[in-house]
Amino acid sequence: MPVPMVKRSQWSARQVRSELRGLLFVCPWLIGFLAWNIYPLLSSIYYSLTRYDIVRPPVFTGLTNYEYLFTGDNTFRLVLRNTLYYVGLSAPLGTVSAFLLAALLNSRIVGRSLFRAIFFIPAIVPAVVTAMVWRFLLNVHFGVINATLRGLGLRTIPFLSSPDLAVPSLILIHMWAQGSVMVIFLATLQDVPRSLLDAATVDGANAWQKFRHVTIPICSPVILFALVTGFIGGFQTFTLPWLLTQGGPNQATEFYALYLYRNAFEYLTMGRACALAWILFVIIVVFTVMLFKSTGRFVYYAGA
Amino acid sequence: MTDRAVPSAFTSRAPGAPRRVRTPRAAALIAQIAKYVVLVILAASYMLPLYWMVTSALKDDPQVYRIPPVWFPNPAHWENFLNAWTAGVLDFNLYLVNTVARYALPCTIGAVLSSALVAYGFARLRWRMRDLLFSICLMTMMVPGWVTLVPLFITFKKLGWVNTYLPLVVPAWFGNAYFIFMLRQFFLTIPQELSDAARIDGAGELSILFRIILPLSKPALAVVTLFQFMWAWNDFLGPLIYVSRREHWPLTRGIEYLRSQTLQSGIHELAFPYLMAVSTIVTLPIIITFFLAQRTFIEGISLTGLKA
Repeated sequence: MPVPMVKRSQWSARQVRSELRGLLFVCPWLIGFLAWNIYPLLSSIYYSLTRYDIVRPPVFTGLTNYEYLFTGDNTFRLVLRNTLYYVGLSAPLGTVSAFLLAALLNSRIVGRSLFRAIFFIPAIVPAVVTAMVWRFLLNVHFGVINATLRGLGLRTIPFLSSPDLAVPSLILIHMWAQGSVMVIFLATLQDVPRSLLDAATVDGANAWQKFRHVTIPICSPVILFALVTGFIGGFQTFTLPWLLTQGGPNQATEFYALYLYRNAFEYLTMGRACALAWILFVIIVVFTVMLFKSTGRFVYYAGA
Repeated sequence: MTDRAVPSAFTSRAPGAPRRVRTPRAAALIAQIAKYVVLVILAASYMLPLYWMVTSALKDDPQVYRIPPVWFPNPAHWENFLNAWTAGVLDFNLYLVNTVARYALPCTIGAVLSSALVAYGFARLRWRMRDLLFSICLMTMMVPGWVTLVPLFITFKKLGWVNTYLPLVVPAWFGNAYFIFMLRQFFLTIPQELSDAARIDGAGELSILFRIILPLSKPALAVVTLFQFMWAWNDFLGPLIYVSRREHWPLTRGIEYLRSQTLQSGIHELAFPYLMAVSTIVTLPIIITFFLAQRTFIEGISLTGLKA
């Protein structure tokens, strides 16, 4: 857009008016930004340095909350481990499965839009319904999978009731609901320049080589983007573990957001919850920066 | 797609020449068949949970527990839908009214109006601080929701808003960065001449927005409306934190409560069919909307999808 060239120091009455008019239009967002972003971020720094049960006024305790979390709190360490395990698998697997589905759909296929709908719909099903349905499906006694196994005389699989299988089961459900990412990949794949693929064909590349050396590099910025949002979302995963396993069995699915929720709303240790929130913020920022830095070599930016 | 491609001198073939020299026909056919087999198996397994939800809703108790599992309920108990919705201890009609009237509708109206106003300021007006503020607006997309959740709760508690829908509805009236971005991009595509002509005729900026820009932006407004409504309809965490009074609950909390009532301590009669029936009823409007407005969904996903 053309931006009018004006000298920085001069403010004519007209400019003041247009400045105010602009501010007036964006003021809903500006007020919201201060009220729902800046103020909470800053006030939570303060609260994280206090002991606060929301009933009595906060008591300043310095770094006690952070000290406790990092040195005294065994649950915090367990929660970090669980979360890293979940995120480390769910983000890459979710991204890869969405990409493969999109690649599979990105060719001439009869009933392509029907297949796309089938793979997409789980992403818009309410999380509560997803939880109810999978709880039922994976149930040891009444679930269709275990009922089939039992019918065949095989051993049943305690998907959600075994500490070893609970996290993999949650990852499976996460992968089922990756339709949005798939749609984004599909749009990206359709933008892969035909001329590049044709050029590779001329050079004698087979389908796999074209996929590996043309399609994937072209899509790599979007893959990285999906991966980053997958990580950010994974660190904050709450509803499905909350509804499916309540953090169990044996605290195997007690993830970061669940522990934060419990601190705030079950133990009423608001100060510690705010400290947890800030640590989460730092973890997410560091993770995102690291991911961008470490993948720089593998990501191809056209035009860069 | 192939027909739109520009054929290079190397790839254009003499008419009648074999399509691919190196791949024998049989191998290509096998690859095609393999692709469809994989697709159909994948599609079937993706469909299974929702298929199982709908069919289980139609079963009676012996059918639900039968081994091997019943794939086609016979007899199909359509009355389960009505009974699960109204006959239990829970009043799902009330939860439906709460979800729509207290949460989704006020949120959607607020998000559309405020995001459109802000987007207009960022897209169609010229002022010095515009680009700086817009980049800050984009940055707010990055702030993880869980970081501000607790301090916001403390604030709303002080305001006395806990146990109402205000903490969930009021923020929507202050614009959503995703929607602002999307509407701004759309507003930018509308020719400036239209606004200029209206200005010469003496129209103010607000009437330009409402009389010219918004009527031309229906596809983008549809995305905002659809997604905000769907987010509120599907939301569980927000009402879990803020709406504890049972007569104010939305559908999502009603479903979870039905599960805890009928499956927590011992299994009630028709527990699974009723739970699946209610789940089906709550999911159905979304799936129907998807098939009616596929394009709106797909367009919205490419801009906001990774958030949901």
